[in-house]
Amino acid sequence: MRRVAITGMGAICALGRDVSEFSAAVFEGKSGIGRIESADCSTMRFQNGAEVRGYRHQPYFDDRRADFLDRFAQFAVIAAREAVAGAGIEWTSELRETAAIITGSCVGGQSTEDIGFHEVYKLGHNRVHPLTIPKTMANAGASHISMEFGITGPSFTFSTACSSAAHAIGQAFWMIRGGITDLAITGGSEAPFSFGILKAWEAMRVVSPDTCRPFSKDRRGMVLGEGGAMFVLEPLEAALARGARIHAEIVGFGMSADANHITQPSAEGAARAMRAALKDAGLAPEQVGYINAHGTATPTNDVTETAAIRSVFGPHAGRLAVSSTKSMHGHALGAAAALECLAATLTLRDGILPPTANFNEYDPECDLDVVPNCPRRADVEYALSNSFAFGGLNAVLALRKA
Amino acid sequence: MSEELTQRVLKVIATSKRIPLEQVTIDGDFQQLNIDSMDAVEILFALENEFDINIPDDDVREVRNVRQMVEGVARLVASKNGAAPADAAAGQ
Repeated sequence: MRRVAITGMGAICALGRDVSEFSAAVFEGKSGIGRIESADCSTMRFQNGAEVRGYRHQPYFDDRRADFLDRFAQFAVIAAREAVAGAGIEWTSELRETAAIITGSCVGGQSTEDIGFHEVYKLGHNRVHPLTIPKTMANAGASHISMEFGITGPSFTFSTACSSAAHAIGQAFWMIRGGITDLAITGGSEAPFSFGILKAWEAMRVVSPDTCRPFSKDRRGMVLGEGGAMFVLEPLEAALARGARIHAEIVGFGMSADANHITQPSAEGAARAMRAALKDAGLAPEQVGYINAHGTATPTNDVTETAAIRSVFGPHAGRLAVSSTKSMHGHALGAAAALECLAATLTLRDGILPPTANFNEYDPECDLDVVPNCPRRADVEYALSNSFAFGGLNAVLALRKA
Repeated sequence: MSEELTQRVLKVIATSKRIPLEQVTIDGDFQQLNIDSMDAVEILFALENEFDINIPDDDVREVRNVRQMVEGVARLVASKNGAAPADAAAGQ
């Protein structure tokens, strides 16, 4: 089994248009949550979200290319471009034929679909735009990445709600580790800010009327986000041999299903996924220094996640740092785990813990070091990134400082 | 709270949860009726439709039993109809 290196990273989200902007914001504890611009939320129970403010497809895509890409797929390609450029890959025809592309997305191009439904149901039109299906399909991100780079290897998309990108990155990690491929572009993207989808989220009463305060006693729910983050993964040896920059290693991937409730989390299920990641990595709990939490700031998740962490780590739970960067980039659904894997990678690489922003009041049921509001220097060797999705599908990545 | 309003709320709860109406009484609590938080959200949705009211998140935070739900609905219906809650409690 081969060791797996992250040699390229790309991102676009509420915190910025690239990794360097993301990094600056996350290590400042700066939140990207603000009033939603993409839809009229004035009559909804919430008005705030973590959007890529003022996003336009220019200069990333010319008008004709943009015709083919829903916003979520645009984010996927933009992030992939940055990752690939940063990795400095020397493409050979063999590499193009064998490289894998594995992406995650919850709702894919639903804002394109929303426009189509509006036209048919509300406006009574007899037709929708012929590109509606190719733009809506959740695999559009992976498809467009393959076309962008001429990659003809195994390419597919996972859709597991909030864990989508974690399942994608984990699968890519296993494929490299197991020698199935020598290069993978992997991550997730999401653009959920259409009126219809926002109404659906409103109906569940889990979205905060103000901001996202994970682990804070006065937390009132999650805040939706959008964006994309992608990584280039390679065998560590090959990366070293070609002098590539290694940001971190992925060392483990664990999964579980709760078999409990379609929306409520389960501490047992979450604990099982964390234990599976540790086992896959060959790590003892005491070796982990930082956990990038799922930390959605719903009253239930944060308590359940705390209980799960305590169950897995025992007394060590009081010594490791746990923060939720959803407090800054929002809950980007299919992109969430990718943005969070990025945060964890930067933590290991740069030796800084991102804070849990917007934190007001300690909650005894979330009795962990949640790095409230202020970032801290810390030399961490191993980190976990947690994702616990609706429907009880859990995925945890384990990373190591390079 | 009027008897008619109460009966309508009980019926919404029973229909939403798909349990026999006889099982839902004004003295019932959610735990006893096996109503979890997702069930509660669905019941709120059905109540909003039934009474053409909007139930804010803040109003539902402390609701744990049927009586509190009925009282909450009565308040919202009364304020929608322009009456003070006390007038509504005096019966319709």
